[in-house]
Amino acid sequence: MALKGKIVVDTEKCKGCEVCIPVCPTEVIEMSRLVNGKGYHFMEQVRENCTGCTNCAVVCPDGVITVYRIKV
Amino acid sequence: MKGNEAMAEAAIRCGADGYFGYPITPQSEVLEYLMVEKPWERTGMVVLQAESEVASINMIYGGASTGKKVLTSSSSPGISLMQEGISYLAGAELPCLIINVVRGGPGLGDIQPSQSDYFQSVKGGGHGDYHMYVIAPSSVQESSDFVKKAFEVAFKYRIPAMIQSDGAIGQMMEKVELFPQITRRTDTEVIAECGSWATTGKPTTRERNIITSLDLIPEKLENHNHKLQAKYKEMEANEVIFEEIQCDDAEYLLVAYGTSARVCQKTVQLAREKGIKLGLFRLITLWPFPKKRIEELALTKKGFMAVEMSEGQMVEDVMLNVKGKAPVEFFGRSGGIIPNPTEVLNAFEQKFRR
Amino acid sequence: MDIIKTENLVYKKTDAMTDKALSYCPGCGHGTAHRIAMEVLEEMGVIQDTIGVAPVGCSVLAYEFMNIDMQQAAHGRAPALATAIKRLWPSKYVFTYQGDGDLAAIGTAETIHACNRGENIVIIFINNGIYGMTGGQMAPTTLPNMKSSTSPYGRDEAMMGHPLKITELIAHLPGVHYVTRQAVHKPTEVRRAKKALRKAFEQSYAKKGLCFVEIVSNCNSGWKMTPNQSNIWMEENMFPYYPLGDIKVDGQLVK
Repeated sequence: MALKGKIVVDTEKCKGCEVCIPVCPTEVIEMSRLVNGKGYHFMEQVRENCTGCTNCAVVCPDGVITVYRIKV
Repeated sequence: MKGNEAMAEAAIRCGADGYFGYPITPQSEVLEYLMVEKPWERTGMVVLQAESEVASINMIYGGASTGKKVLTSSSSPGISLMQEGISYLAGAELPCLIINVVRGGPGLGDIQPSQSDYFQSVKGGGHGDYHMYVIAPSSVQESSDFVKKAFEVAFKYRIPAMIQSDGAIGQMMEKVELFPQITRRTDTEVIAECGSWATTGKPTTRERNIITSLDLIPEKLENHNHKLQAKYKEMEANEVIFEEIQCDDAEYLLVAYGTSARVCQKTVQLAREKGIKLGLFRLITLWPFPKKRIEELALTKKGFMAVEMSEGQMVEDVMLNVKGKAPVEFFGRSGGIIPNPTEVLNAFEQKFRR
Repeated sequence: MDIIKTENLVYKKTDAMTDKALSYCPGCGHGTAHRIAMEVLEEMGVIQDTIGVAPVGCSVLAYEFMNIDMQQAAHGRAPALATAIKRLWPSKYVFTYQGDGDLAAIGTAETIHACNRGENIVIIFINNGIYGMTGGQMAPTTLPNMKSSTSPYGRDEAMMGHPLKITELIAHLPGVHYVTRQAVHKPTEVRRAKKALRKAFEQSYAKKGLCFVEIVSNCNSGWKMTPNQSNIWMEENMFPYYPLGDIKVDGQLVK
């Protein structure tokens, strides 16, 4: 049984610090080419193989990541 | 009972929740009395010897922030150490009681009675625009009564209150009638009384309470200052206390408070024996200052002489309010010396060329 | 397939944090430390029984972000406030949140004496070896040869003194029950730090004495690095001097 995850990012509060990127085991996060209202590039999930492990949300200093997960 | 002991006993009796302090002469009897008396058994009041006056005043800040009735006591050098904390307490509008049993200064000075902390007490002492309620006992009886009074005013206006005593009144033994024990408030009562602002733990039914004196937005900070000033104005209108001793028929007035007022009472007696119509205007609240009454008296009196155990501090407030309508002279002793009634009279006669 | 449904939610920011944008620099560990402290209190169900004390320093505005009753202390005096709060309200969970300048420089006396009296409070100590808020000056915990704006050629120990291991220092005091050093830059460390905080809150509440949780954290702005670089620098330089792990457990020094 595999786990499938999805993250939702509060892009306006993301400060683009990138701390979430090295902690993602499946490398599904990248920085957007777009910027938010404060001019920060925000993080986003760019690939579908997220496992919903919550690592990114746990290390996010600004608490901008919400994680959902299902068993498939 | 000593003045210091009377204040300690009064703190227990007025239902104080906590005392935090550090020993310094001439007020160590306050903490000593409390430790002997064990108020934690009598009323549940907390007593703690802190590591410094800096810690003491910040314990007061922490305790007062929760709506509890807390006090500290110290003497001049220790009160100087507390000034930052007092400024925070005033800024955050917290009720509390600070007792200053004044000794001679500046610096380490000596341990004899003095009134040279007047400026520090009434003009702010710490940084920023603020006042404390400052009340000055001139007897052991008043030392006890004013603890209760100071807490009442502190909570009424959410302002730090100070009792400015001195080494003489603190150490002096006199008969005192103690007021009956007031029951200490329960936690529920504290929350009912102060829950709208105090940090008592955030229930789901209200927003969080924050105690801070920080405001990074200049306009907001200025508004806060205006609010404080409005409160001070209200106190100046309602909370001034003074005593007029043989002032009605007097041509001249001595102005004094605390120990120097006791001395001046005798001076008035000596003057009257010599046929000089002298009266005594005794300040009881040092802040708010009896501005209006002094101004009124200036219209009918021939002159004022401020008598202080300092090099002249209160005299400036007398002058400010006499507004040049009558001559204002000064006589003071400092270094821990209490003037005697005769030298006060001599000074008066010399200054007013009688 | 629609995964984004309430029943599939596995992580969201706790309501014990407000919705205000944190005032910290991007990548700063303060935000994570705030959040896990609040998560612990929420999981314990004691938000209504908690009073926190914020310091002076970067986290001076902690009360804007922690959705609990809080007081803001004068610089270094948080343990004095917390002492009085806890003694006057023994039924409350009381904690201070302090940086290295606040706790280990100007507030050393208050820290040591609160520890020595065994106040039943939690001290959360964020150590990033620098004064962040005022612009990167030397802290008591700045490493040997480490550059700061007031040690621009590196901390010269002969001239400027040695980095203060205050956590080891206070661990020796009998009033202190639990002392641990943690980090919050990686998921494993965050989860471990959270467990440590829970233990600290539980044991101090059980009147066992003061519980002290140091979190070695980054200051990418002060260290002049990117957040991820600063986390690597922290592992390579801060952790050897300030090793992670428990220092005192159940009143006994570890090792």
